[in-house]
Amino acid sequence: MQEFRYIEGAAILKLDKTACIGCGMCEIVCPHRVFKCIENKATIVDYDACMECGACARNCPTGAIFVNPDNGCGCARYILNSWLAKVTGKKPAECGC
Amino acid sequence: MPQVDTILSRSDHIGTIGARSGIQRDTYSITPGLYCVGRPTGDSPVLVTANYKLTFDALRSELGGVDVWILVVDTRGINVWCAAGKGTFSTEEIAYQVRRAGLMEVVNHRELILPQCGAPGVSALNLKTACGFKGTFGPIRATDIKCFLASGKTADEIMRSVTFNLLERAALIPLEIFLLLKPFALTLVCLVLFSGFGPDIYSLDRVLLRGGSIALVTIMSVLAGAVLVALLLPWIPGRQFWLKGLLLGILVAVFTVLRFLPFVGWTAVIGMALWAMSVSSFLAMNFTGSTPYTSLSGVEMEMRKGLAIQIVSALLGLFCWLAGPFFL
Repeated sequence: MQEFRYIEGAAILKLDKTACIGCGMCEIVCPHRVFKCIENKATIVDYDACMECGACARNCPTGAIFVNPDNGCGCARYILNSWLAKVTGKKPAECGC
Repeated sequence: MPQVDTILSRSDHIGTIGARSGIQRDTYSITPGLYCVGRPTGDSPVLVTANYKLTFDALRSELGGVDVWILVVDTRGINVWCAAGKGTFSTEEIAYQVRRAGLMEVVNHRELILPQCGAPGVSALNLKTACGFKGTFGPIRATDIKCFLASGKTADEIMRSVTFNLLERAALIPLEIFLLLKPFALTLVCLVLFSGFGPDIYSLDRVLLRGGSIALVTIMSVLAGAVLVALLLPWIPGRQFWLKGLLLGILVAVFTVLRFLPFVGWTAVIGMALWAMSVSSFLAMNFTGSTPYTSLSGVEMEMRKGLAIQIVSALLGLFCWLAGPFFL
């Protein structure tokens, strides 16, 4: 996936190294290989590859990882619908993903 | 216990076309529950998947010659990754289906092979406490599942990384087009109808000339934004999708000016060029939802600027195009 790079520094991803127990789950589940366990601690090795899918945070046993908690899909239609919903005050329409 | 075939039939392939083109996508699901492939025993592995039939078919067609159980959970006919994001492919749902199928009595072991893309919705750790089965994340793609099982349930870096190659991108285009058909047809009818207005109120000659040209420009912009952006994605410069679309839109705009300036005049041709750029840019931005690498924060960031520019450019473009005949 190295030929596909998205906006740098946009993703919201935080790793609390002091809480990490080095179990390696984040390294297993990440579809973009953002994490690597080095000396029994998870390390973010490719921050800008993160697409905020949330797999790492969901599977971290100590809650050491924080990812943008908005669980909508990363699609323009979803964002458009949620902006429209803010204006109309209704529930956002499904994005169809 | 339903036994499933590992070779897809003709009707499965027709169903795939239906789902990929959008004709039959929202209702393309199968009944959740336990299925068997080959002759599985109490020691055979259990693979968990979603009840979107396209997903289920992709999995079973890779299982020729192996004996496994497939536990299909109810994701309302949505694929694993999207369902995990939406929370329907979840720890609770898997635990529920494990109990419903009486899996404890069917197999001797206590392990479920989960698709890696299910990880945003499933906590392998919590699964153990929820149903007594430990979750093991398998590879991303069903094509790697045999290799995963044969290598002692290990997956290498390639099996754990998503891809977005030309074929995978091309497969998304029919749906993009299908979803656009209605708004596209509506826009086209409106544009052609309005193209006849001028100083002498309305003329059919103008409908033919101006209507025909704006229709062609719109079709080209849609092809640029929805088809070419998808196919040429890694080679179009820039990272933000609205910019990638704008870039291709500029090419359409240049063609528009060169081709139609002698017939419709400067005001209208500038209007058409602006329209082409915003249509292409908007559709490219919409493609973010179909890619496996854009973050929600990133999309929101680019939309704040992109959408504003697209709206201004489209409105200004339409205004110029409508005003064209009055300034000719």
